[in-house]
Amino acid sequence: MFDIDIWQEILATIKKNKMRTFLTGFSVAWGIFMLMILLGSGNGLSNGVAANFMNDAVNAMWIWNGETTIAYEGMKTGRPISFQNQDQDIVSKVSGVGASSGRYFMGNTRYSYGKESGEYTTITCQPALRDVENLILNEGRFINQIDILQNRKIVVIGTDIKTALFKDSTALGEYVNINMVPFKVVGICSEPGSTRNRNAYMPLSTAQMIFNGSNKIHNLALTINASTLEESQAIEEQIRTALGKKHKFDPKDEGAIGLYNKLENYIQTMKIFQAIKIFIWIIGIGTLIAGIVGVSNIMLIVVKERTKEIGIRKAIGASPSSVIGLILLESIMITTIAGYIGLVLGTGLMEMINYFMMQSAVPATDQSETIFMNPTVDINIAVYSTLLLIIAGAFAGYIPAKRAASIKPIVALRDE
Amino acid sequence: MIRLNNIHKSYEMGSSSLHVLKGIDLHIEQGDFVSIMGSSGSGKSTLLNILGMLDNYDNGTYHLSGNLIANMSEKKAAKLRNEMVGFVFQSFNLISFKNAMENVALPLYYKGVPRKKRNLIALEYLDKLGLKEWANHMPNEMSGGQKQRVAIARALISQPKIILADEPTGALDSANSYEVMDILREINDDGITVIIVTHEHDIAAMTSQIIRLNDGRIHEIIRNGELKQFQKEYIHGLETA
Repeated sequence: MFDIDIWQEILATIKKNKMRTFLTGFSVAWGIFMLMILLGSGNGLSNGVAANFMNDAVNAMWIWNGETTIAYEGMKTGRPISFQNQDQDIVSKVSGVGASSGRYFMGNTRYSYGKESGEYTTITCQPALRDVENLILNEGRFINQIDILQNRKIVVIGTDIKTALFKDSTALGEYVNINMVPFKVVGICSEPGSTRNRNAYMPLSTAQMIFNGSNKIHNLALTINASTLEESQAIEEQIRTALGKKHKFDPKDEGAIGLYNKLENYIQTMKIFQAIKIFIWIIGIGTLIAGIVGVSNIMLIVVKERTKEIGIRKAIGASPSSVIGLILLESIMITTIAGYIGLVLGTGLMEMINYFMMQSAVPATDQSETIFMNPTVDINIAVYSTLLLIIAGAFAGYIPAKRAASIKPIVALRDE
Repeated sequence: MIRLNNIHKSYEMGSSSLHVLKGIDLHIEQGDFVSIMGSSGSGKSTLLNILGMLDNYDNGTYHLSGNLIANMSEKKAAKLRNEMVGFVFQSFNLISFKNAMENVALPLYYKGVPRKKRNLIALEYLDKLGLKEWANHMPNEMSGGQKQRVAIARALISQPKIILADEPTGALDSANSYEVMDILREINDDGITVIIVTHEHDIAAMTSQIIRLNDGRIHEIIRNGELKQFQKEYIHGLETA
């Protein structure tokens, strides 16, 4: 069946029937092309949004203090809640809570080095904050446990602070004055997805000691280990209950402590994207079906149109299987080539968009929010959908081809 | 060569059935030149199609070269057609997107002859029929007579034992018709059995045996010696008409 003659026969037929060939090929190529663009765009959108979430750990949670809004155990509303160091221990004992860091707000602090000075935000924290905020260390190290234990006077500064204060000279190992107290610079860091790196990080214990914080903390940053919305909400509930017990507020009191659960947000957004993905797939499959119907339609017409030719061929000695083979191989060849063209054009276009996006993204590298990123299609999906179209085309051609081949030649010849 | 015994054939026409052949007994020898005549609806084309294994029959027996032709698979019928029979049709039935040479070579393709060789043989046959210069022309560039000659070349190329021609001159003017008949005569002289269906008396008169069908039965068989008589009758028929 696969001798060179049959291919020459098919090529000759294709050459003499350009319009028919073009129409079949076009519907296949178009179907695949549209599918690639749809899937690529969907992927681009969800990649972009997912990347935005990655700026912080997706399982991050922040807790801050507030005022009670529900009367509880005889105490009226409006009572302020404040956190101490022990609260961090309470929270970190809740199962499902990973790393945690207490934070003490110092407001704006004046940084000076030599003749240069500026106001920057100082974040006092513990080593775990690095994981929560996905901080990137450009030089040196981050705060470690020994810094906390020994109340070391060290600071990790953002790249903007480094540039402002130190210009091109090295900052590591130098001392900066923070509110007139000298701190040793041990690291330079930046935040992912941000153009402003004007934060400095200081050990919580040091700040509490030097800047009169005693054992107060304002804020807790932590990571949680949960894979579903329900799990993360359960952890949230446990934290509220534990803190409520200590500070005597109703665990249902939303005002007593503020709580932002990024994972919850992330899971919800990802659910939306899953829905969008399903939607895109439905449209994509619809497009594919349209392509299949197009191919089937053309194959039906082709077989109808060739009934007489089939009759002639049978009269001069073509067996039914050779007739089916001829029509099927022709349709498979056309759909394969056209499908491949659509595949190359579709993925090519998406790769080109990707390339230009990368190019134009260079000057504003970490330009905060992009919602479109890497709009490419998994090559397996591309290949499988092309295969599906080819098989569908062959199947669509097979039924009428088989029927045509089983028509008695005399009937086929009479067909005008 | 060909032996038909009480052949019946009817077509289903919706709810009713049309009994076309009502018991045909026929014996045709190798090398005969036979015409089948009859008014339209007399079953002459049906008979030819059964002879050519393009159609099957309901009852009776059909032996071709000693083989019983009945209930054959499509594949076997196709092979036998390819080996034994060459067809010539009224409407030529050339494949429109193939040129003359490719059309003539097609039966050899189904015999498995390599392309170059079959095209060479096709050229030979076209040459025999005086169409060598037209080898690369498409059917729609040729006259009816030329197309019919291409069709005859195609019928001959597989060196069949029988040529079956269904109204081979039906679409041709008289000059071309006589030319085609001369060619068929020559083919017959080479020992190939030629059976044509026609409703033209002058065409039938050029054959050596005329089978007249009437209403699905053989009305009469006029053999060579009686042809003169037939021609007389034909002229008489013309006069009275």
